[in-house]
Amino acid sequence: MQAAAVELIDAHKRYGHIEAVRGVSLAIHRGDLVAMLGPNGAGKTTSINLMLGLRKPTSGRARLFGLDPADRRARSRCGVMLQESGVPDTLTVRELLELFGSYYPHPMAPERAITLAGLEEQAKQQAGKLSGGQRQRLYFALAVCGDPEVIFFDEPTVGMDVEARRAFLQTIREFGREGKTIVLTTHYLEEADQLAERVIVIDRGLVIADATPAEIKSSVVGKRVSFTTTQPLREGDLTGLRYSRLEIDRDRVRLFTNAPEILLRELFRRGVDVHDLEVVGADLEEAFLALTAEAEKETVA
Amino acid sequence: MSAAASADVAPLGRMLVTQTRFQLLTRLRIPAFSVLSLGLPVMFYALFNAIYGSTKLNGVTGSEFILVSYATYAVANVMVFNFGMGIANERGRKLDLLQRAMPLPPVVAAVAQVVAAMLFALIALLILFAYAFLVGGVRLGAGTWLDLLWRLIIGAFPMIGLGMAIGYGVGANTAPAVVNAVYLPMAFLSGIFFPLRLMPDFLQKIGQTLPTYHYAELGWNVLGPGVADESAVRALLWLAGWAVVLIGLAVRIYRLDESRKFS
Repeated sequence: MQAAAVELIDAHKRYGHIEAVRGVSLAIHRGDLVAMLGPNGAGKTTSINLMLGLRKPTSGRARLFGLDPADRRARSRCGVMLQESGVPDTLTVRELLELFGSYYPHPMAPERAITLAGLEEQAKQQAGKLSGGQRQRLYFALAVCGDPEVIFFDEPTVGMDVEARRAFLQTIREFGREGKTIVLTTHYLEEADQLAERVIVIDRGLVIADATPAEIKSSVVGKRVSFTTTQPLREGDLTGLRYSRLEIDRDRVRLFTNAPEILLRELFRRGVDVHDLEVVGADLEEAFLALTAEAEKETVA
Repeated sequence: MSAAASADVAPLGRMLVTQTRFQLLTRLRIPAFSVLSLGLPVMFYALFNAIYGSTKLNGVTGSEFILVSYATYAVANVMVFNFGMGIANERGRKLDLLQRAMPLPPVVAAVAQVVAAMLFALIALLILFAYAFLVGGVRLGAGTWLDLLWRLIIGAFPMIGLGMAIGYGVGANTAPAVVNAVYLPMAFLSGIFFPLRLMPDFLQKIGQTLPTYHYAELGWNVLGPGVADESAVRALLWLAGWAVVLIGLAVRIYRLDESRKFS
């Protein structure tokens, strides 16, 4: 049997008194497009660092292609884009690609990586002279230049504007179509929704959900019911109704529920004045908030 | 089978050559480093050669004597500023992080740093030698030039240790202060800039223990008997001792930094 591309087995990571990862088990198979989603400080970067062998688990194990992640044979099959890493400012884009390519057994030609990243015009520029967005694209080129099987992107679109982010995600998606395994961390929910086939939600060092974006959306919140009221809601109008979350924004009421039909029938029966009724599937952001809120309740209890 | 296995990873030799080449290029393109390391020694030499060039110093011409002085200064400078502070800067900007996630063994990266620094020192020496030959009129004979070069390389190991200890031990912001506190007195008390015997007795005693002093002594020995104060063997023994101490310290500091960041 082929080993999974990436595996964490009951991995824990403690930094001093802080336990950043508290028992994560997951397997990412070859060709998977996975997003690891969670708020800042949830343990995403630590998880990635464990997968890459940049950090060693305090207990539990990390495996890359069945090998120790620090093993050169495993690393030779991985590309990486890290959040806070730099490259020498005085080397040009092309030189950096030649340098990073030399670490790999079968690198792609620097020109190909340059084309993939859309850096044709900056190929002869020194890294220090690139704009923020161009720099991110350089890091992307460096991540793919070894023609790796699995690529890790740790918050790749931080600091990009909407347009740049969209173009960048498109590039990653195209690369994923070539059968590459892609692991991406993000706290932008729409990014996970657009890009991934599987979303692993991490919060406070634990995996709190692991499913397709659609499943995550439907399993937790189901639908969002929203309507406008001409008269303010009276006390008791909503008591006893089955909803997970309520938002009132002036006269606009939003309810999140798994059973919109029952909820609406009850609202009509109570004679609540309902206008501009809208029932839609909740988006990932709402699902995410509900998920983390639930995990919080459990931790507190 | 073995052919497939050998293709699993990139050849280390090629990796080391490429890494060294770009490491050297990176440093050469940073003006602060290239001006300091390549320009300063030859500027000092030009200045003092103009003053003492034709004076006899310890039985040889000033041009020859101070050529050795500034040659050791040039190499020590490269190791402390270019190599040591260079590493501290790169760590400060987290250049080591992405590299650590690559299939590049850390030891290859470290060796490339040292080799690049030595090549940089070699460039600095060749510039200095060319100036001494063309302007200073220094004629040593091919064997003596090579002997001097070899001694400058062998004697550089304590300074490589010092540079590495500074590079991995202190932050980018504190590195200049540490270099000034540690290296400047060492250079000052080495007899490179002016003879140690003109200094107060206790400073002479301190100076005679320093690696920079023995480094210069090892070099001056090339020029003939009686030019240096101590024998080449004695200088070499001192330098070997300092190399063990400083490289040992550097390796300890390196491991500490590693375990803090990558465990």
